[in-house]
Amino acid sequence: MTGMTSAVQHEITPELRGFREVQRLAYACAEAVAGQLRSGVTEREAARMQRVWLRERGVRDWFHLPFAWFGDRTAFAGFKVPLQFFPTDRRLEPGMPFILDMAPVYKGFTADVGYAGCLGLNPLHDRLLADLEAHRELILREVRERRSLREIYEDVERLMTTQGYTNRHRAYPFGVIAHKIDRVTERRWSPRLFGFGTQALKGLVSDALHGHRDGWSPLWSPYRFSDHPPQPGLWAVEPHLGFRGTGAKFEEILVVTDSKDPEQSAFWLDDDLPHVRRWAEEKVAA
Amino acid sequence: MNLSQARERRVVTGGVELCVAELGDAGRPTVVLVHGYPDSKEVWSDVAVRLAEHWHVVLYDVRGHGGSTAPKPLRGGFTLEKLTDDFLAVIDTVSPDRPVHVVGHDWGSVQAWEFVTVGRTEGRIASFTSMSGPSLDHFGHWIKRRMTRPTPRRVGQLLGQGAKSWYVYMLHTPVLPELAWRGPLGKRWPRILERMEKVPAGDYPTASLPSDAAHGAWLYRDNVRARLSRPRADAYAHAPVQLITPTGDSFLSERLYDGLEDWVPRLVRRSLPAKHWVPRTRPDQLASWVDEFITANESAGREGAPAQPTPAQSPYAQRFGGQLVLVTGAASGIGRATAFAFAEAGARVVAVDRDAEGAARTAEMARLIGAPAAWGEAVDVSDEDAMEKLAARVASEYGIVDVLVNNAGIGLSGSFLETTSEEWKKVLDVNLWGVIHGCRIFGKQMADRGQGGHIVNTASAAAFQPSRVLPAYSTSKAAVLMLSECLRAELAEKSIGVSAICPGIVNTNITATTRFAGADAAEEERLQKRTSRLYGRRNYPPTRVADAILRAVVRNQAVVPVTPEARGARLLSRLSPGTLRSVARLKPPL
Repeated sequence: MTGMTSAVQHEITPELRGFREVQRLAYACAEAVAGQLRSGVTEREAARMQRVWLRERGVRDWFHLPFAWFGDRTAFAGFKVPLQFFPTDRRLEPGMPFILDMAPVYKGFTADVGYAGCLGLNPLHDRLLADLEAHRELILREVRERRSLREIYEDVERLMTTQGYTNRHRAYPFGVIAHKIDRVTERRWSPRLFGFGTQALKGLVSDALHGHRDGWSPLWSPYRFSDHPPQPGLWAVEPHLGFRGTGAKFEEILVVTDSKDPEQSAFWLDDDLPHVRRWAEEKVAA
Repeated sequence: MNLSQARERRVVTGGVELCVAELGDAGRPTVVLVHGYPDSKEVWSDVAVRLAEHWHVVLYDVRGHGGSTAPKPLRGGFTLEKLTDDFLAVIDTVSPDRPVHVVGHDWGSVQAWEFVTVGRTEGRIASFTSMSGPSLDHFGHWIKRRMTRPTPRRVGQLLGQGAKSWYVYMLHTPVLPELAWRGPLGKRWPRILERMEKVPAGDYPTASLPSDAAHGAWLYRDNVRARLSRPRADAYAHAPVQLITPTGDSFLSERLYDGLEDWVPRLVRRSLPAKHWVPRTRPDQLASWVDEFITANESAGREGAPAQPTPAQSPYAQRFGGQLVLVTGAASGIGRATAFAFAEAGARVVAVDRDAEGAARTAEMARLIGAPAAWGEAVDVSDEDAMEKLAARVASEYGIVDVLVNNAGIGLSGSFLETTSEEWKKVLDVNLWGVIHGCRIFGKQMADRGQGGHIVNTASAAAFQPSRVLPAYSTSKAAVLMLSECLRAELAEKSIGVSAICPGIVNTNITATTRFAGADAAEEERLQKRTSRLYGRRNYPPTRVADAILRAVVRNQAVVPVTPEARGARLLSRLSPGTLRSVARLKPPL
């Protein structure tokens, strides 16, 4: 699949390099924290570990504060109100799946990543992780075909249904599978609103206002306001599979440009990420 | 193989001579089956033969029953202490250096509770499967707890069990029970069992019944009052216990086993929709659960792992664990969710669908979430020959289906006048004939086996909500609903339940494949997309329908509307059908 190697062929501007750096930092954090998770650790503790790790490495602002979900909360079982996304005192147990989700701002660049893992062996979780690969390929292919975001959303959902899963990104605010991210001006003081950095929110709201005038939205949702071709920019894409009490996702940045060349018109910012490496290793093993 | 081919021997102990029968390879782990009242070891004949395929099966007649002699005098000769002596004498003879697995029914189970909770048998019992016989000590504490703090619920439980125990009071009267059993009751007992308890006629009960029953009355007289008034405080089980509760037992309330976990550290619960005499009426299911439990404990004993099968997550695990469930239309939507729900409860699943790949995928995922086995089968339910072949293959390779879910269905929308006869035929072939074939072919297998079962048919809220846009679909579903009701009436005497599930608007891909009569390809695609979005916005997940299906099987419900709109339509169809007729005239906003 071209997606695997595409990023190297793309011209990486200093701006993209900045985004890639923060995305790598965030994934490094996810892997470091995941490595420290033990039986009995709570979601709150896992979220704090991420926050501390990133702060120590220079992160001062956030698109949103780190989240951690354990057990059936990875599939958002019984989520009714957005407050339920916030970390709880749920403790990790052997065999339990977990998801770490964080969106740090580093040197003015934002990343939003999701990392799904599991404490010990869980063949079902392995299956979910493996099945996410098809979604990464599908999304890239259809974005390059300039299909409407709403249609792509429905195709992803259809693929999930075929695989036997339910679409759990529908539980996110506005049911989004992705949202735009952008540079953020670094201020000395950036308060947060319900865990979201106000600077980053400001960018999203201003995008929403501009987009509303021009007929596009920075939120990639199943609704009519997403019935438009992909808007150039950076999208944090987060397909989220759920299967009874188990959920898995990845989240990474998709670069969309206005290039006429399909290869250049959209590509994953970085192909050297834990989940992509995992798929490659599985293929080699097979 | 049957019981007459068993190797018999006599064991002399405590003034009596016990008749012991052995089946199967004596080198294998030993399973001891203990019978109840008024029975002899022959009550186990069907179960014993099945278990003998894998284990060394030992049965004995309790003192005073069948081929064993009675103690003299009878009074005081049937205490639990003496029964424990007998048990130890038997297992020391048949399995001197290896602990045995005990299975008890009725009084056999009451005795075995004593075996498994007294110190002198510790290390001699590897596992115990109990059915329809509580520990008298636990029972005594159960009564005490309810007497000392009589909340309304507890009083209700006491009175309920008190009423079910009427025969225990009768057996405490002197002489009369003996006279009755040796006289008219003994003669009529086989007929009574057949009519009241649905025990199939045959070589059971045996000719020794009148004297078994007369002697056995002393089981009650020697133990019940003594134990219930002064229950032992240390009656903790020292071996893993599997409790099988028949939910239709006329003599024992299910509530008796509330809080049993306090006495049994390693408890596995099973429940079975059947009456009291499960060794006669459900031998297949019992043998398979006993087999599974022994296997789990044998391997656990070897590796030192916790002696329990992996605890399933689902609250339905105790009912469906190990059962064989066949679901049609299992490659997507409600069928797939149902297959997964049964898999999670530990059932073995056969996923049937036209879409071979989807069915295989369902089976694969089912295995990942707890089904001990799952298979995908590519069959079109409207094809009678294919269904016949499927049934033969399933029966020979996996066994007789315990729960059948006829779920496969297709959508057809559009005005009646524009629907062609071809389209009519197609929708009736799948939605109605598919169900008929399933019920007829698999239902026959179930009925022939004579050990109960359950059939679930997926109808629809459209079965009672008329609509101008769904004439063919609604007709097919109304037929399924009535078919289910008729079949339920017919199969009730075979202990086979039939449920019709009537979902309303559920988010499945039926909308994406629905044919719209009178629409050209482009228009049809637009309508499919539009309805899919509407259903998506409604977003009622198929998993909730699957939950309703499992609940319907457990409760043996006749008609189950799922989703608020379906329940509303069902209510209106009774209270105010005129309203439904007005709704039927509306054109949906498509």
